[in-house]
Amino acid sequence: MSAPRTAGSRTIARTLPPPDATRPRTRPPRRRRGPRRASGARWFTPWLYLLAPLALLVTFTWLPVADMVSYSFTDWDGLSPTSNWVGLANYTDLFTRPQLFQVFWVSLFYLAASAVQICAALYFATVLSFDTRLRNLFKGILFFPYLINGVAVGFVFLYFFQPGGTLDTVLHWFGAGPHLWLGNPHLVNTSLAGVSVWRFTGLNMVLFLGAIQSIPPELHEAAALDGASRWQQFRHVIAPSIRPIITLSVILAVSGSLSVFEIPFIMTGGSNNSETFVIQTIKLAFNFNKTGLASAAAVVLLLIVLLVTWLQRVLFPDERVERS
Amino acid sequence: MTVLGSPAATRAPRSRGRSMPARGRAAVVLKYLSLVLASAVVVVPLAAILLTSLRTSREMADGGALAAPHDWFNLHNYAVAFTDGHMLRALGNTAFILVFSVSGTVLIGSMTAYAIDRFQFRLKKLVMALFLIASLVPSVTTQVATYQIVNRLGVMDTRWAPVLLYTGTDIVSIYIFLQFIRSIPISLDEAARLDGANSFTIYRRIILPLLKPAIATVVIVKGVAIYNDFYIPFLYMPDDNLGTISTSLFRFKGPYGAHWEVISAGAALVIVPSLVVFLALQRFIYNGFASGATK
Repeated sequence: MSAPRTAGSRTIARTLPPPDATRPRTRPPRRRRGPRRASGARWFTPWLYLLAPLALLVTFTWLPVADMVSYSFTDWDGLSPTSNWVGLANYTDLFTRPQLFQVFWVSLFYLAASAVQICAALYFATVLSFDTRLRNLFKGILFFPYLINGVAVGFVFLYFFQPGGTLDTVLHWFGAGPHLWLGNPHLVNTSLAGVSVWRFTGLNMVLFLGAIQSIPPELHEAAALDGASRWQQFRHVIAPSIRPIITLSVILAVSGSLSVFEIPFIMTGGSNNSETFVIQTIKLAFNFNKTGLASAAAVVLLLIVLLVTWLQRVLFPDERVERS
Repeated sequence: MTVLGSPAATRAPRSRGRSMPARGRAAVVLKYLSLVLASAVVVVPLAAILLTSLRTSREMADGGALAAPHDWFNLHNYAVAFTDGHMLRALGNTAFILVFSVSGTVLIGSMTAYAIDRFQFRLKKLVMALFLIASLVPSVTTQVATYQIVNRLGVMDTRWAPVLLYTGTDIVSIYIFLQFIRSIPISLDEAARLDGANSFTIYRRIILPLLKPAIATVVIVKGVAIYNDFYIPFLYMPDDNLGTISTSLFRFKGPYGAHWEVISAGAALVIVPSLVVFLALQRFIYNGFASGATK
């Protein structure tokens, strides 16, 4: 954080307020177009403010991306001083591993969960946007899971799903039998994806609710005067107005379900068929010291996420969400 | 840009007072039923943890997950979780990281927004693109390489590693500041400049104070994210003494493997501060996430 200090050292005494043109200048600013120019500033002034932000941006985002791409063509183990160029071997290895299809299969569970989550959020946001008793209480209860620490969520649901735990107890009241929610490889991903719905529905709901509440009230009134039913109001007034944020949520859901990590890592450690793409990558890199292979996996994930984002820009060019 | 305190006033029209047909009444019943059911789904898993945290280890042997504790004020498990789980140390570490990262983020974000919005310079488009494209890179994908960089910087296994990472990879808050700074009239800068203020004085005395609502948003969004984050402290601070709230709680898993009453107390200890902050700052939190999550 050197920029503020550097900038601070050139604080000019405020005794004489000279008119703009007569201020001492080492050289004139090169470009002076646009309404937002800072007249009187030296050419390097903006760079003083950008020094620290750019240094951090390059060090912690751009450099890792560049390094990652270059590691992905080597057999580096992350520790030894040397490594060998292996060309595309990591990528071919990655795409011929049977586990790869397993992790993408797991992503589909989270993708389905995101669909459930967005529909539920849309429903509750709409319901709560109409006149409802205890509206703020319901809104608060549904949103709160999003604020809970991920490890705590993991433990809450380990207890919830464990044999004889909360879920089995509740099901027993209704006469349903117990299941091995996390122990059964066919059930574990559904259970874990359910946790993700529990955790994130509230956030989506609050986002949708904010968008619904910024719809001009005249639209609702006009619809109500025309005798529109609740469903018609939703279909013709609410849904079109909040389409951009729904699109954005879908995009975030796709990239989010590919990069699921925390909940399955905390709850099962990726055992029992619950390994996700990111857990696999982290394990390759830090448990098996296959930095090269892990980098290739991370590059593939990054490319998929960028592709999804790019597709959104192409398919829905006008629906960039910009809140104003 | 309405970061704080705009909605809630604009409500959907009210339908009360109109006569309600039978179908409408059924819809209302279904509506409240769905809300109550959803609330139960949220509350029951948490209630189970709370009830369990108040039970003794003997009570754990008999009785289901939702059995009531014998003594509702049995705080023994909390004491065990707090001392043996080193929660005080964890709180200290989290607070340290929180204070430095949040103030770093506010400084970095506001300086970037100031430079980009208030100055014309060469390569401005390139700088913007560097930030914009970086926001598309999910940081969880680059950890393999980031790990090596943190290692080379010599901050591995210190509290500065998360501070640097939280401060350096937060592009969402730069967005929030950028959007907000546009609503501050440039005439204010110009007036100050005519009074002889230089760019830093303008940043310090005009921009930063007027950015307060954006700063509140960033502090809330960032604060919650850091308090809840798991994988950065887990990857970069393996040392036991450097446990944060998340990693210290995670370490309950080994020694207390079967002692759910202690694990539950630990989880409750971590959740309660979030609940208190949420109840105290509800309105700010809703608006903060609404403007933070959508970039």
